[in-house]
Amino acid sequence: MGELLKIRGLCAGAGDKPILHDVDLTVGAGETHVLMGPNGAGKSTLGQVIMGDPEYTVTAGSIGLAGEDITEKAVDYRSRAGLFMSFQAPVEVPGVPLNSFLRAIVAQHEELKLKGKRYKKRVAEIMQQLDMDEKYLNRELNVGFSGGEKKKVEMLQLLLLQPKLAILDETDSGLDVDALAIVSRAISMYRESCDGSLIIITHQKRLLEHFDVDRTHIMVNGRLVETGDASLVDDINENGFERFIKAAPAASAPAESEGDSAPAHFDVAAALEHMEEALAAADAAALKDTGHPLDALSADQKPGA
Amino acid sequence: MAARTQVADINRELYDFVKSEEGSYRAHAGLTEDIVREISARKNEPSWMLELRLKSLAIYHETPVSDWGPSIDGLDMDNIVTYVKPLTEQESNWDDVPEDIKDTFERLGIPQAERAYLAGVGAQYDSELVYHNIQKSAAEQGVVYSGIEEALHGPHAERIREHFMKLITPRDHKFAALHGAVWSGGSFVYVPKGVHMDYPLQSYFRLNAKGAGQFEHTLIIVEDDADLHFIEGCSAPKYNVANLHAGAVELFVGKRAHLRYSTIENWSKNMYNLNTKRARCDEQGQIEWISGSFGSHVGYLYPMSILAGRKAQSSFTGITFAGAGQNLDTGCKVVLAAPQTTASIETKSISKDGGISTFRSSVVATPAATGSACTVSCQSLMLDDRSRSDTIPAMDIRCEDVSIGHEATIGRISDDKVFYLMSRGISEEEARTIIVNGFAEPVSKELPLEYAVEMNNLIKLEMEGAIG
Repeated sequence: MGELLKIRGLCAGAGDKPILHDVDLTVGAGETHVLMGPNGAGKSTLGQVIMGDPEYTVTAGSIGLAGEDITEKAVDYRSRAGLFMSFQAPVEVPGVPLNSFLRAIVAQHEELKLKGKRYKKRVAEIMQQLDMDEKYLNRELNVGFSGGEKKKVEMLQLLLLQPKLAILDETDSGLDVDALAIVSRAISMYRESCDGSLIIITHQKRLLEHFDVDRTHIMVNGRLVETGDASLVDDINENGFERFIKAAPAASAPAESEGDSAPAHFDVAAALEHMEEALAAADAAALKDTGHPLDALSADQKPGA
Repeated sequence: MAARTQVADINRELYDFVKSEEGSYRAHAGLTEDIVREISARKNEPSWMLELRLKSLAIYHETPVSDWGPSIDGLDMDNIVTYVKPLTEQESNWDDVPEDIKDTFERLGIPQAERAYLAGVGAQYDSELVYHNIQKSAAEQGVVYSGIEEALHGPHAERIREHFMKLITPRDHKFAALHGAVWSGGSFVYVPKGVHMDYPLQSYFRLNAKGAGQFEHTLIIVEDDADLHFIEGCSAPKYNVANLHAGAVELFVGKRAHLRYSTIENWSKNMYNLNTKRARCDEQGQIEWISGSFGSHVGYLYPMSILAGRKAQSSFTGITFAGAGQNLDTGCKVVLAAPQTTASIETKSISKDGGISTFRSSVVATPAATGSACTVSCQSLMLDDRSRSDTIPAMDIRCEDVSIGHEATIGRISDDKVFYLMSRGISEEEARTIIVNGFAEPVSKELPLEYAVEMNNLIKLEMEGAIG
């Protein structure tokens, strides 16, 4: 399978605050990846940085999509290039009917060839599948929608746009059983209809029960500390993140552990300049103090080992 | 302050009445009694109108310019006579029309022939025909819809006399006095008892056919149980050589009658728009104002509703968009002067590129307003750090049994919303336009479709920074 998303050495932060550290992540076409981790680990940030949220600054590394470096590309470009993110808390846009909004976004994706009647037909189809009344089309985008309704609107867009890669940021959170079943069905339809890739950010496995997971990643303190197969989800479900949290370096450890050359405050530029050394030092420190996370895993938990 | 748009030199040879007064100007105020007499004589007016003009002129001279609101220093008050001239006599040509206006015509998709006319430089335009058709159709229902100057010589002369400048009097402010002295052109509408007009009357056609003036007077009388929607002006930018607009709109709404008055104002951006609008509602009468202000350099605009009869109602829905070099002071006034009256004021304002948008409202409840209620809501959107938005609500409550509510919010386009829309492939500029159009939606949804579309286009043009 070709590499669809290729993230290398990604560091990013908001303002002066570093959040993501040296993230490597590869998602192949048609693959489903799950991203888990404790609250505040940076999972949503990773999703937003991939999507290009200007609130975050990429300080190092790169994001490639289908062979193209999109690290510096604008958000709308990324969407047109085939990226999609289902928001954890979709915004409300007063005065903009859902229908106008959908038409506007479809118009940005000419390859879909969804104009006029074809658009209407497709929207009606999807809405039926999502168990949504077409009256929603006349309502203002997300205004006064319940949590479940907002998530359905996200799924509606996912199915309409058929992106190459969709990042689902806690799409399952706060949903009741019925809504969860519908969202789950929507995800399956997306995968089947266009062999789309997925990064699913979630806290729970319920959503994942209905389809195959190719890879599972654990994020702690802005780092991907573990990658495994689908069974890692079950492991987390049973044992939580505790041992990953213990094993992980503190958020800004790399630069500060640099000893003689470490500045009093975390200096992104300096850290970047000495990235490799810094990371090597950090890894060494981590191994010495607490054991490498991978070691910990292989010792007592690694499935099938 | 933006540079004033440069326009062709005015050929003063055309203003014979000015020429004839050479050398007899008063030192401080170019406008003289002789000029006013000449205007009246040329229009062959009844004597009461001349008296009104002269009285207004005297008041104009003795009234100071108001000391509040945006500066009007750019107006040449010492040579006000420059502005007092029929538009149809302006000498200019298409080449002199400012580029921003031409561009707007282009992008609003207004046909070539109409562009020239709207810009006040052409004469070939068939809106005369459209106007006559509307007139004919209205007449079949007994509705009078004509130029107010013509009407002064017709069967409704006495009715006009009874109402003309009775709601807006020359004493109200300096520009009301100026209007009284030099008013010219405008519309007269009379809807008889119980008649419901099933389509809106649009002054667009009439004004274009006759030439839009700077001092036009609109007088509308809607009798008991009658219903009318009147649309003033048009949304294409009106380009005028002179840069003062001091019109007056007087609306009389009878018992259980209903009048909706819609305006999209988009004067060219060298304009001082000092317009006065007032409505009076009798028992259970309803006035609805829909108002969009996009143009002008400086604007003072506060349509006023006087709820004089029991259970009379007023609603005001307005939007103001102030871009570079614009200082638009807009809002609404309501006088609750009878029991159980209700009023709502809902406004939106947008400021951008250093534009200043001020919401100013006045709610007065007289001792007679027992059981009345009024809500005032103002939402402002500032599109950048250089722009400004103010809210100045005034309330004068002289009655214990009334309910008055006020809420105001001032905000910006949230980055979250822009990010969300962009994450679906929409460009940043379009995302902002969509959000602003959504913000304006409560107003646009009240407009006839073609006006709503044009308003959205205007917002789009503003957001592109293509104008002004």
